Amino acid sequence: MKPAPSASNSSVPDQDLVHRAKAGDLEAFETLANRYERKVYTLALRMLRNEHDAEDVTQETFLSALEHLAGFREEATFSTWLLRIASHAALKVIRKRRGLNTISLEEATDPQANGDPIPHPEFIADWRESPEQLVHSREVQRLLDDALAELDEKHRLVFLLRDVEGLSVAETAAALELSEANVKVRLLRARLQLRERLTRRLGEPSRRIVRSHAH
Amino acid sequence: MKCEDLLKLLSEYVDGTVDPAVCEEFEKHMSGCNPCQVVVDNIRKTITLYKGGQPCELPEGFRQRLHSALRQRWRETHPTDSTSPR
Repeated sequence: MKPAPSASNSSVPDQDLVHRAKAGDLEAFETLANRYERKVYTLALRMLRNEHDAEDVTQETFLSALEHLAGFREEATFSTWLLRIASHAALKVIRKRRGLNTISLEEATDPQANGDPIPHPEFIADWRESPEQLVHSREVQRLLDDALAELDEKHRLVFLLRDVEGLSVAETAAALELSEANVKVRLLRARLQLRERLTRRLGEPSRRIVRSHAH
Repeated sequence: MKCEDLLKLLSEYVDGTVDPAVCEEFEKHMSGCNPCQVVVDNIRKTITLYKGGQPCELPEGFRQRLHSALRQRWRETHPTDSTSPR
């Protein structure tokens, strides 16, 4: 299922398409939509864990981009701008789900945030293949999605915004209305948990390292 | 520095935002601690793999609805220009 229209636009840089769309060229805008609809949908799906909500957020994101294109000052790239719209829209859905429309995502009582010790890595082993080799495997793709789905929402959101979308700690904190310290703690927990899960599947068992002592 | 201390600084080290003096200690510990070396390497690879992951395809029915919604909204917001002057 290749994106149908605008094959002739396939190599045109985003920036040129943005300029053309701003000047009223629908085809240029549709090419941008074809280019990024999967990324937007995937982010929404991973944040929301629900296809129907992910579709709503994807549609809302592109409609909002269409309406606000004239105001897009191109300080960030088009994809960054678009994914930011998408993450805001997804967070709005999450807040609505929690019935906390105006309250931040920072749980008032989050004893886990700073109190608990950081979980120690258990399965430690070099991976059998490099990420570059692994990334093309469907099976690995499923592993990535499953591991992400197992994270608590609060850890998953921080990981997605910071590590997958590439927001800074400060930007992630602002988007989620969390303190930067809290973002850092959640990020560390998310990374460690994903590392554990992935290494159990992708690590070389014969080269597993068992810590004999604590340094 | 002990493994425990290294664990707390892991994220900052991987992101390159750890204080240079602390970074030196971190690396000194790692050079003598194979498990910590491997954990750091695993974490880096985990992040790389997620960053490079393939996006999901849109359900085809939704893709069509999305594009027709976009065309309709385009027509509403660009009332004067004809979108396909052929």
